[in-house]
Amino acid sequence: MSRRRSPWLTLSTILVYGFLYLPIVVLVVFAFNSSRQNVVFEGIVNRDACGPFYWFCRVFQNQDALDASVNTLKIALTSTVLSTLIGTMAALALQRHTFKLKLFAEASLYIPIVIPEIVMGIGILVLFNTVFRFVNTTFDLAPAQRLGLGLGTVIISHVAFSVPFVTLTVRTRLHSFDRAVEEAAADLGANAWTTFRRITLPLIMPGVLAGAMLAFTLSLDDFIITFFTNGPGSTTLPIYVYGLLRRTVTPEVNALSTMWILVVLAALVVSNRVQRRVA
Amino acid sequence: MAAIAVELRDVVKEFAEPEKKGEAFAAVNHVNLQINDGEFFSLLGPSGCGKTTSLRMIAGFELPTSGEVFIHGKAMGKTPPYQRPVNTVFQSYALFPHLTIFDNVAFGLQMKGVSQLEIKPRVQEALAMVRLPGYEKRKPKQLSGGQQQRVALARALVNRPEVLLLDEPLGALDLKLRKEMQLELKTLQREVGITFIYVTHDQEEALTMSDRIAVMNRGKLLQVGDSSGIYESPNCRFVADFIGDTNFITGKVHSRHGDTVSVELTSGVWVEAKSDQALNTGQSVTVAVRPEKMHIRSGTRLPNWFEGRVTNIVYIGTDTHYSVRLPGDQLVRVREQNDMPGYSRPLANEGDSVWVGFAVESARVLVE
Ligand SMILES: Nc1ncnc2c1ncn2[C@@H]1O[C@H](COP(=O)(O)OP(=O)(O)OP(=O)(O)O)[C@@H](O)[C@H]1O
Ligand SMILES: [Mg+2]
Repeated sequence: MSRRRSPWLTLSTILVYGFLYLPIVVLVVFAFNSSRQNVVFEGIVNRDACGPFYWFCRVFQNQDALDASVNTLKIALTSTVLSTLIGTMAALALQRHTFKLKLFAEASLYIPIVIPEIVMGIGILVLFNTVFRFVNTTFDLAPAQRLGLGLGTVIISHVAFSVPFVTLTVRTRLHSFDRAVEEAAADLGANAWTTFRRITLPLIMPGVLAGAMLAFTLSLDDFIITFFTNGPGSTTLPIYVYGLLRRTVTPEVNALSTMWILVVLAALVVSNRVQRRVA
Repeated sequence: MAAIAVELRDVVKEFAEPEKKGEAFAAVNHVNLQINDGEFFSLLGPSGCGKTTSLRMIAGFELPTSGEVFIHGKAMGKTPPYQRPVNTVFQSYALFPHLTIFDNVAFGLQMKGVSQLEIKPRVQEALAMVRLPGYEKRKPKQLSGGQQQRVALARALVNRPEVLLLDEPLGALDLKLRKEMQLELKTLQREVGITFIYVTHDQEEALTMSDRIAVMNRGKLLQVGDSSGIYESPNCRFVADFIGDTNFITGKVHSRHGDTVSVELTSGVWVEAKSDQALNTGQSVTVAVRPEKMHIRSGTRLPNWFEGRVTNIVYIGTDTHYSVRLPGDQLVRVREQNDMPGYSRPLANEGDSVWVGFAVESARVLVE
């Protein structure tokens, strides 16, 4: 192709990509900074046995960072599985059944998407507190058994804001779904469950995977809602990093973030591969 | 008398009327039907008359509001589709887009628990039957419409169902392929001996393929019979009009001798026609005559012959069509075959006064 491109197009492309990726590049570069203050780049660090990867080694020696990483993964994986299950079922139900309050059910899907996250965070916190206080006092639980904020509440709140995204993604896939193929399967002797497993699910799989990927990334980097619903022993990475920011930011934070970028990239590649295979 | 494969006994299917809340309309209205074993049976009718709904009740996708469907004498009740001994070829084919042709065709056998060892030859046999060998590894999207249609057929036939339901399976094909597939389907049906229930709105298709035809309109079954029965002796105006071309002449019953009825036309002239229905003197009726059974002469005074004026002539090679205006402003069409030796000249010119008429046996009295 020898068609001349407009220089403006080239410029805007460069600007967009620069704007998107330069911060990430800077973040990664500063993970190798030899300055502890990490304000200006003072050359590549070279300390101890790890050499330029000094700050990365520090992360692995930092129990708090490791705990936060494990928590984040646990929360992201669990809430992804749950919200994908619930979201897909909701999409199927909304697509094929008419019932009272269906309009309400559909509209309410958008509420968690459009209301400010901080409002939802406060709302969830108030809900948890009310319920927990009620349960704790009604059953007069011993201090060790009392319900409180923790991994569980974070997971529940993540499921709550991920489900609408999964449902909407799956529904777009269902729009192009011809229900005659389900009838054809039934006609050929497949009962409802077999039809779902062999026909419906494979056909909507790309939508389900895309929804799961969305849920996973949403959970991974959620700060605001997690801020309200986390408790002892459920600090996630964003919360942990935020805590560090209030003191000095050492290149260790950059190293930690760099590794997370790699994890997310890997997840993206895998999900793309799988999606292409099932599509 | 052959065994009955499928029977509909007083079947009604009502759907809720979306515009009028609470009201229901009957898509299928008290239909009684018996379809014999090994028969090629067509359900024929205009769009929206309830053909698909009838078929779906046999397959089990819809349950009758009242009445009962029997398959080989067994009342189906609420038997789900996957437990009925019938298979369907869908109007839209409904092939599984994510499966290969092989897996599409094998699906029904896998569901029945046929061993892997047996599945392969049976799938290949089915694909050979619809003349698509060697396409096993393709996906449905990589086939043409006609080929997809044949896969849909193979996918149903491979299960050796007792009854095969086909819902306008040729609807999406072009005319030429359609004609080819009509022949193939008919041949295939004779070979395998399975009962075919074939839905179509194409009267020509129904006439050429079927052993028997049921004509439906607005949810009602109007007439059941073989091709010539339906064409030659339609029992109502709708059937006469829907199947082929018909002239309708309106008048009142005057008198009757056996099955011959004298009808007085509005213009005051008389027509004699056949009827096997009970009629009252003075009753308004329609006399139906096919254009090819009407003829043009230059002068005669037999019964059922009238003087009229030619208003239009269309030459179409094998035939010439004349439009003739009869007294009382009745317009009729006459079809004359161009079978005289040598060059065929028109029997009359536009504006000519001619005599048109028909044999008493060619005319039928229809009650509205
Ligand atoms: N699920 C449904 N809900 C409401 N009305 C329906 C439903 N299915 C069919 N109908 C109505 O029932 C009538 C008969 O429909 P049906 O599909 O049986 O027609 P058909 O004879 O197959 O027509 P076509 O030749 O266009 O396919 C139509 O008026 C249709 O609108
Ligand atoms: Mg139909």
